[in-house]
Amino acid sequence: MSELIRKTAAELGRLVASGEVSAVEVTQAHLDRIAEVEPKIDAFLHVAADAALEQARAVDERRAKGERLGPLAGVPIAHKDIFTTVDMPTTAASKILEGWRPPYDATVTRRLREAGLVIVGKTNLDEFAMGSSTENSAYKPTRNPWDLTRVPGGSSGGSAAAVAAYAVPLATGTDTGGSIRQPAAVTGIVGTKPTYGGSSRYGLIAFASSLDTPGPFARNVLDAALLHEAFSGHDPLDSTSINAPVPPVVEAARQADVSGLRIGVIKEFVEGEGYQRGVLRRFTEAVELLEKLGAKTIEISCPSFAYALPAYYLIAPSECSSNLARFDAMRYGLRIGDDGTRSAEEVMALTRAAGFGPEVKRRIMLGTYALSSGYYDAYYGSAQKVRTLIARDFEAAFQQVDVLVSPTTPTTAFKLGERVDDPMAMYLADLCTIPSNLAGNAAISVPCGLAEEDNLPVGLQIIAPVLGDDRCYRVGAAVEKALEERWGGPLLKEAPSL
Amino acid sequence: MSTPTETLTPFDEAMERYEPVLGLETHVELGTASKMFCGCPTTFGAPPNTQVCPVCLGLPGSLPVANAKAIESTIRIGLALNCSIAEWCRFARKNYFYPDMPKNFQISQYDEPLCYDGYIDVEVDGETVRIGIERVHLEEDTGKSTHVGGATGRIHGADYSIVDYNRAGIPLVEIVTKPITGTGKLAPQVARAYVAELRELMRALGVSDVRMEQGSLRCDVNVSLMPRGGTEWGTRTETKNLNSLRSVERAVRHEIERQAAILDEGGRIVQETRHFHEDTGTTTSGRSKEEAQDYRYFPEPDLVPIAPDREWVERLRAELPELPSVRRRRLQAEWGVSDLDMAAMRNAEAIDLVEATVKAGAPPADARKWWMGELARRANEAGKALAELPITPEQVARVCELVASGQLNDKLARQVLEGVLAGEGSPDEVVERRGLRIVSDEGELAALVDQVIAENADVADKVRNGKIAAVGALVGGVMKATRGKADAARARQLILERLGVSE
Repeated sequence: MSELIRKTAAELGRLVASGEVSAVEVTQAHLDRIAEVEPKIDAFLHVAADAALEQARAVDERRAKGERLGPLAGVPIAHKDIFTTVDMPTTAASKILEGWRPPYDATVTRRLREAGLVIVGKTNLDEFAMGSSTENSAYKPTRNPWDLTRVPGGSSGGSAAAVAAYAVPLATGTDTGGSIRQPAAVTGIVGTKPTYGGSSRYGLIAFASSLDTPGPFARNVLDAALLHEAFSGHDPLDSTSINAPVPPVVEAARQADVSGLRIGVIKEFVEGEGYQRGVLRRFTEAVELLEKLGAKTIEISCPSFAYALPAYYLIAPSECSSNLARFDAMRYGLRIGDDGTRSAEEVMALTRAAGFGPEVKRRIMLGTYALSSGYYDAYYGSAQKVRTLIARDFEAAFQQVDVLVSPTTPTTAFKLGERVDDPMAMYLADLCTIPSNLAGNAAISVPCGLAEEDNLPVGLQIIAPVLGDDRCYRVGAAVEKALEERWGGPLLKEAPSL
Repeated sequence: MSTPTETLTPFDEAMERYEPVLGLETHVELGTASKMFCGCPTTFGAPPNTQVCPVCLGLPGSLPVANAKAIESTIRIGLALNCSIAEWCRFARKNYFYPDMPKNFQISQYDEPLCYDGYIDVEVDGETVRIGIERVHLEEDTGKSTHVGGATGRIHGADYSIVDYNRAGIPLVEIVTKPITGTGKLAPQVARAYVAELRELMRALGVSDVRMEQGSLRCDVNVSLMPRGGTEWGTRTETKNLNSLRSVERAVRHEIERQAAILDEGGRIVQETRHFHEDTGTTTSGRSKEEAQDYRYFPEPDLVPIAPDREWVERLRAELPELPSVRRRRLQAEWGVSDLDMAAMRNAEAIDLVEATVKAGAPPADARKWWMGELARRANEAGKALAELPITPEQVARVCELVASGQLNDKLARQVLEGVLAGEGSPDEVVERRGLRIVSDEGELAALVDQVIAENADVADKVRNGKIAAVGALVGGVMKATRGKADAARARQLILERLGVSE
């Protein structure tokens, strides 16, 4: 196995830019690794070996011509298969989009192409990003590299597993209720949900428009910051994109200093039921560590967070019921029953029945109901009010502290199949992550150790105000640095070799 | 489904027993260069599906970006309709399935329209009727479906359907009136006059080409009847997609007659949409609203709220052009014409043309005479609108000038107009080529006068004996001899001189 796959994205970028290693070599090493681990983890829906090598050659040629390459040029990346790509299929892990080839690139895809990153493939996810285990993929479940009988979290489980298994140093994901942070936590890597509007949604197949946020996965905080910076910033094609400079995330990741910072511990997220003991222990240790590093910690109460989960499960399905209406067999994707005897409505109904999985159908029905005349105020309307209250809780909290911390997820990775028949148990995986989606602020998950019960990774969530993404990286990098000194290297070192 | 033999209560009789309540919803396609939420062009008549992109096709992942010009036009329409302009409002999604709607939801506005609570005055039979405007909002148009095969041209029963998405995403302004009551017998005319006024307003604002036949102005009319003296409105029907002023008037009239007949027999009006048939002037049942769709409106999360800057709104208000009703009153005063003549000019869509002709130097009376006389006759013969005639106001003004200066008489002027319409060139070129200038050579004219007097000695005697009216025959002789090219007044003068008679 090539040593190249163990290197950080920053190092790989440096090696390619300096010419010590070619982008083709780097790409080939990762393609080899994918071939090796993919049968075990099933992280990819599409691997584009030839296209990847071609992109890598183009990077090498640019370098040969004397062009100055960006910090991530020649670095392999995998995209969650919910970002459109002109040269690869895009399915959102749904049968209803099987075989669809988008005629345009997502802004995230395009910007990373322009930055010279090499797209090696598209990763698995819960269908339309609806789920917390990647088991809702219409194609296959992905497995957690730490324990192949366990889920990699979700919905961006394919990206998280690929990064954790050293198949790629970087991957993109989307976070609607925790879909980046939760899989990052349970696979022992770094994942960020940027400020809503900080990264463009153009070309991201919508699940819940007011919550969906593209973000980075990496094995360390600096790499995540480099990727974050590479695709972020105002996009005129996304009206909700914020027209402001990208927060200085890379600088913050290098700074890695928390002295003098005020850090709030969210009371509601360390007291409730359902938290695994090992998760709480690692979390408490992380808080103690932050104090040792010079931060001041205080307990903060956010009483409205108790209603975050129910509000989320009204707002997200409502938006999804409308966003997914376009999948009707008329223009692209799957078409069932068009035998000349059936009406357009019948073909639509048959196609949707066959093309959507059970969780997607459940959410479409929930959302349709919540938006219905006579129920709108009680459901969607009330949920929007809760959303306002949650944003106010955050506002009040950030008057007192610079960042908030909590466990990323109440438990470590659960077993495949363990929660598929219990949607409520599945939904609880996102308990701690959802408030930031509802309020639109930034949050990161960084590894903070292994739970003693199962020797599986635990994530520390660091939450910052809107456009305070740099604080996530600053605190995350400080924790990472101190813990890696304690552990004698990254947490992933503890993972079984695949 | 109603049948062609369905009973109707004659209009006047219906009006004795019922009071109609109207409501109109008008859709106006804005004439912006690009679509509402993407950069695609909006040219009418392009080959199907050539003006499309991921956004207006609603492809997965695509996002809308609102067209600022369309928002500006909507605000201008709202201001011209005396509306309040929202300080903050949002787009909303209207959810329903139809193959010509790419996203299966329409981006529209729901409870937060951009403009609300205004009015417009319209004139019917010299009476001014104030129509309240409930709201003016902005939305996107759908694609255009063509259902092939089947008897009705509608989706049910069609063999197959084809869809053109060029129209999908074109900005559409919806203007909704408040209920229009108390118009009685005038109701059909009021409906027509309202749409006509709206159309002129859109033209004056320059926001749309408002061609009803091309669908850039479409109208739905709600009609209900209330027993005279009653207070509770009846159940309404909504007749969709009326595409001419005449259809608006006829549809209202027909619905009144149809509903009155049902109510007369103690029947119940079904709340439904109805389709109007141009050929028979009748309406038939469409979809019943009692099994109404639930559109599940909610705020469009892909777009940010619109908060029009107050100073900007005031600037737009200050920059509004003169509104059609104000302009009509001004022109009427300037031209000194009667209400009746003004109404005739408006009906003939001659006001703009007369105004332009006057601007080009013609006296108003002359400009009106030619446009409403000879040219209106020719337009009528050709089945064209006045504005479609191949003649410009400047050319008409030149003809007026030639007449005023005595170089043409009316008869010759008509021939000049004919030449211009036939593509023979400018008025001066036609005069030149056809040799139409008045005979003004005094010597030539004097010789002709002598000749005509000699040939008509008996008539000449009558004139000499004081029967001056008989001079007309002699003048006619001169005109005949010059084939109409003589200045008749001058000829008359010469004849009287020769005969030694003074008036």
